[in-house]
Amino acid sequence: MMSIKGFFRGRAAIQPIWIFVIAIFIFFSFMSEYFLSLGNITNILVQTSTIGLIALGMTYVMINGNIDLSVGAILGLAASLAVGLQDYGLTIAIIAALASGMLLGAINGLVVWKTGVNAFIVTLGAMLGIRGLIFLYTGEQSFYSMNFAFSDFGASSIGPFPVLAIIFLLCTLVMHLVLTRTGHGRNTFAVGGNPEASIDAGIRLGRHMMINFIIVGFFAALAGVLLASQMGAATPNLGRDYELWTITAVVLGGTKLTGGYGSIVGTLGGVLAIGILRNGMNLMQVPAFYVLVVLGVILISVLIIDKKLNVPSTKEVRI
Amino acid sequence: MTPVHARTGQRQPIDADPVLKLEGITKRFPGVVALNKVDFDVRPGEVHALLGENGAGKSTLMKVLAGKHQANEGRIILGGEEMAFENPKHAKRAGVVLIHQEQSLVPEMTVAENIFLGSLPKKWGNRVDWRKLREDTNAILETLKCSFQHDDLVGSLSIAKKQMVEIGRALVFTPRVVVFDEPTASLTDHEKPVLYDVIHSLCEQGVGIVYISHRMDEIFHLSHRISVLRDGEYTGTVNTCETHEDEVTRMMIGRSLELDHASKPTDFGENMLELRNLTVKRIFEDVSFNVRKGEIVGMYGLVGAGRSEVAETIFGLRTPVAGEVVLDGEVVNFRSTHDAVAAGIALVPEDRKDQGLILGMNCRDNMTLASLSSVSSGGFMKGSAERSVYDKYHQAMKIKTPSWRQKVGNLSGGNQQKIVIGKWLHTHPKLLILDEPTRGIDVGSKAEIHALVKDLAKSGYAVLVISSEMPEVLGLSNRIIAMYDGRVTAEFDGDSVSEDALVQAITGMGTSAPAAATA
Amino acid sequence: MSSAEQTKTRLLAGNVSKAGVMSFLSAQGILIFFLLGMVVFSFFSEQFLSQSNIMTVVRQASIIGIIAVGVTVVIIGGNLDLSVGSMLSFATVLVVDLHDKIGPTNAILMMFALTLMLGAVNGILIGFMRLNSLIVTLAMLSIIQGLVLIYSGGQNVDIANQDGTWFAFFGRGYVLGIAVPVLLFGLLAILMQIVMSRTGYGRRIFAVGGNPMAAVYSGIRKNWCVFSTYLISAFCVACAALVLGSRVMGSQNNVGQGYELLVLAGIILGGTSLLGGAGSIWKTVIGVLILGFIQNGLLLMGYPYYTQWIVTWVIIILAVWLDLANKRKRLLTTHS
Repeated sequence: MMSIKGFFRGRAAIQPIWIFVIAIFIFFSFMSEYFLSLGNITNILVQTSTIGLIALGMTYVMINGNIDLSVGAILGLAASLAVGLQDYGLTIAIIAALASGMLLGAINGLVVWKTGVNAFIVTLGAMLGIRGLIFLYTGEQSFYSMNFAFSDFGASSIGPFPVLAIIFLLCTLVMHLVLTRTGHGRNTFAVGGNPEASIDAGIRLGRHMMINFIIVGFFAALAGVLLASQMGAATPNLGRDYELWTITAVVLGGTKLTGGYGSIVGTLGGVLAIGILRNGMNLMQVPAFYVLVVLGVILISVLIIDKKLNVPSTKEVRI
Repeated sequence: MTPVHARTGQRQPIDADPVLKLEGITKRFPGVVALNKVDFDVRPGEVHALLGENGAGKSTLMKVLAGKHQANEGRIILGGEEMAFENPKHAKRAGVVLIHQEQSLVPEMTVAENIFLGSLPKKWGNRVDWRKLREDTNAILETLKCSFQHDDLVGSLSIAKKQMVEIGRALVFTPRVVVFDEPTASLTDHEKPVLYDVIHSLCEQGVGIVYISHRMDEIFHLSHRISVLRDGEYTGTVNTCETHEDEVTRMMIGRSLELDHASKPTDFGENMLELRNLTVKRIFEDVSFNVRKGEIVGMYGLVGAGRSEVAETIFGLRTPVAGEVVLDGEVVNFRSTHDAVAAGIALVPEDRKDQGLILGMNCRDNMTLASLSSVSSGGFMKGSAERSVYDKYHQAMKIKTPSWRQKVGNLSGGNQQKIVIGKWLHTHPKLLILDEPTRGIDVGSKAEIHALVKDLAKSGYAVLVISSEMPEVLGLSNRIIAMYDGRVTAEFDGDSVSEDALVQAITGMGTSAPAAATA
Repeated sequence: MSSAEQTKTRLLAGNVSKAGVMSFLSAQGILIFFLLGMVVFSFFSEQFLSQSNIMTVVRQASIIGIIAVGVTVVIIGGNLDLSVGSMLSFATVLVVDLHDKIGPTNAILMMFALTLMLGAVNGILIGFMRLNSLIVTLAMLSIIQGLVLIYSGGQNVDIANQDGTWFAFFGRGYVLGIAVPVLLFGLLAILMQIVMSRTGYGRRIFAVGGNPMAAVYSGIRKNWCVFSTYLISAFCVACAALVLGSRVMGSQNNVGQGYELLVLAGIILGGTSLLGGAGSIWKTVIGVLILGFIQNGLLLMGYPYYTQWIVTWVIIILAVWLDLANKRKRLLTTHS
């Protein structure tokens, strides 16, 4: 039995970001004749799928009270492995790529858990180190896929729907259900929202942290494999700055950096907001770099609105 | 000692073997012995009240019992078996549950999820069994007669309802001993009976209850037996029906009740501080009083009456919507604490660790933090000047620390408080405000701080002391301002006030119960 | 008292969350790494410990070092600054582009003024409006990068007459045999070390980073303090841009990309806690030099430049873990 209310469990689901998404959607529909077409909309979904997939995992890590800066590098490594290992067979290459992401996520999680050191520090180190591993593995060369099954996959569609968009939406649904309906999902909230109470309640903090870092590692690797298949190639610098885009999307979606609060529905809104802005401004022939400014301004505006909406309780003093 | 509260309890002690026994529990923290060979037991079906002043060790004892702390010495015997609780969940499974004073709920989760935090019912594949969760939660909510739903977000509930969620948690495993740590501190009068009913029904099921509270009326209403802790030592257990409030108070307070009234200063100068109809939206209204040079004015009231907020407003931390603050004959309107300090106001804040000290800094640096310009020239710190400031207050206040390099986080509460006071004395303030100056510190330091405050007043300081401990207010103040629910309800002469009148003033009159009289 | 007890002391003293990071690399720890690395590298390469090589390393590290000095002040004050990389691009492009248009002096003044303005925007948003510094500077990173691209139209800029300008002094000049970038780095580091450890201002920054609430309750103007740290950070970035612009005499519009992370890596290696209220400039100097020597040593041993990133990662994990061995106690899973 699944009531509507139960589906959007926690009532945190409806994020203000969706109002913004709808607003810019309407705006661009009027501004550009090309915007409102099935082709363009599926195109937006394909374009956002890379950042979107990582953002799913990042939402878990951030609700858990951590952060992962190494996702861009993990994406790059997975892409290189997926293309570079194709001599051993496509399946092996893809499995190796996904496994590398999960392994690196596990290392991040293990260090954060065992040392209790800020995840920012640990994953910043990993971000540098993994990028070094990519360069070491590729010898600073780009790899090109000779396997057409691989490079065709990224452009294939089922009916009018591109496979990448379908994968992204399916993953979104699954991750939403896991977060809202499983023990792991709920405990992720508990650990981020009140670590002390969680420990007292016997929740194993470390285990959930590990799992979440593995999840984000997996999704970063998956995004890398799909991106490589889209391009039919992998470059050593692939995924640079993706951590910043991803964190921007997740924060836009209402997830709090302090942990304990957030939702996949919100994150989807954040990802779409970025995708629609890029796509719409591109259609309006606004140079790409204006998107950077607009996004930054929106991010700061969200913070300011958030501050103004949360009227300080009477207990709080002016400091 | 003015009036006598001869109230005694109605309930006869229950004759049964204890379900839980604590023997010789000792718990040491660095620099402090928090508990020294404490004995305690609970019988099934009884309410055993645990009393003691702030810092006497009640909460520590209960944390040891519930597995949050591990005792250095002593034994915990539950139902005849010796236990060693490694963590709260372990204790909970064995049937010992602590209902927290500070709430340990996750605000973004539902009532059901909070009640079953860490033990959510599962179906295959780690999926939460929402139906079972809902049914189990509803059963618990029904027992507690709660008006809210299982899927309400905890963050949206009132404090009293949150309290009920906490209690609901205790019922998940079949409890044998439930510890209530000041459960009514944040409840209103009409919410309390619900809690009492819950406690009664737990008793009827043979659960042993430990009840920690400052409020005598509750304790005499609810408990079968009363045990008292003082400064980490066990001072005894009495049957509620055979004792009265005076005896319990004596056990609790010991010698410190005999404050020396005679040594109060008597010579006052002109007005140093005057508040005229000061109002801060939704917090306090129409507050007017004055403090003269050389005078100690006590501000007495229950937690939440708006006392600290008045002090914060004087100190520039809150903006009044009406009324004015007059300091030394001038109307002042501080926009920041910096302005207030520059004008000669010092505030020793209520929360030492969050507001008073930088715990990671050493003693000397904390001491000079509010008067940096006096120990520097041209912006550069003068090490020797800093040292001499530190040495001066270190000696004058008998601060016990191995060296000025010691991080203040490693000092005991009393020494920490002395550093905060020293910090403010060096600003040579016109007005010294002390908010709960002796909360949670040992009796020795307490007496020293009391003596110091009197000396300061004698030498001409205007002092405002905020406290919720009646002996402290009575012993120190020349005048007492009573506050209740954001208003000044009465002003008394410090030497001739009766405790009854004082208690009535801070509980909003009309209530006959001398609540918190000796808290 | 056992070390476990000591950990408890710290936990009970209230700095639970800090204990983990606060001293994750004690001063001795850094020096041991430093010396050990030096020995290993000098064993493999004779050039390594030569005077000219050491000067080369310091010179190469000076740009990261100059920025790191400023960011360290921000971090001690309890905040982060991720926008320094973009800001470096901005300042470098600006000073190089304006050099031919309005002359070197005006270009430098203009560059300093505009960079400080960006710092002030950070400072207002974080200091006075009390927004989360991580997100604000992340947003500023994106905004400033966009501004650079809009300004340059996506084109690279350069100085036409590269030999005939005194502007070359900052990146290529020598004073008393010391390269100017090194001199600038050294001077800034010494200046800020003195400011942080010997002045009332420095003491206030430490207090604000250590416990903002208690700082306010002690009459410290917290908002102004936070604001000022971002001005210092922006000033350091402007100095670094001077060196970088003068050295390369031309600039890609993303020249500073990734600098924020290298700077943070240097600071972390130095052992300054990211949680504020602790740390020092000299630790950062050592951290940045370690980064530099790792890079140089690995290059001399014939390894490609990117191996230094892997080594840095491993060192960060080792450092964190070694500190754990000192504590012998998991922080999050005992008392919180």
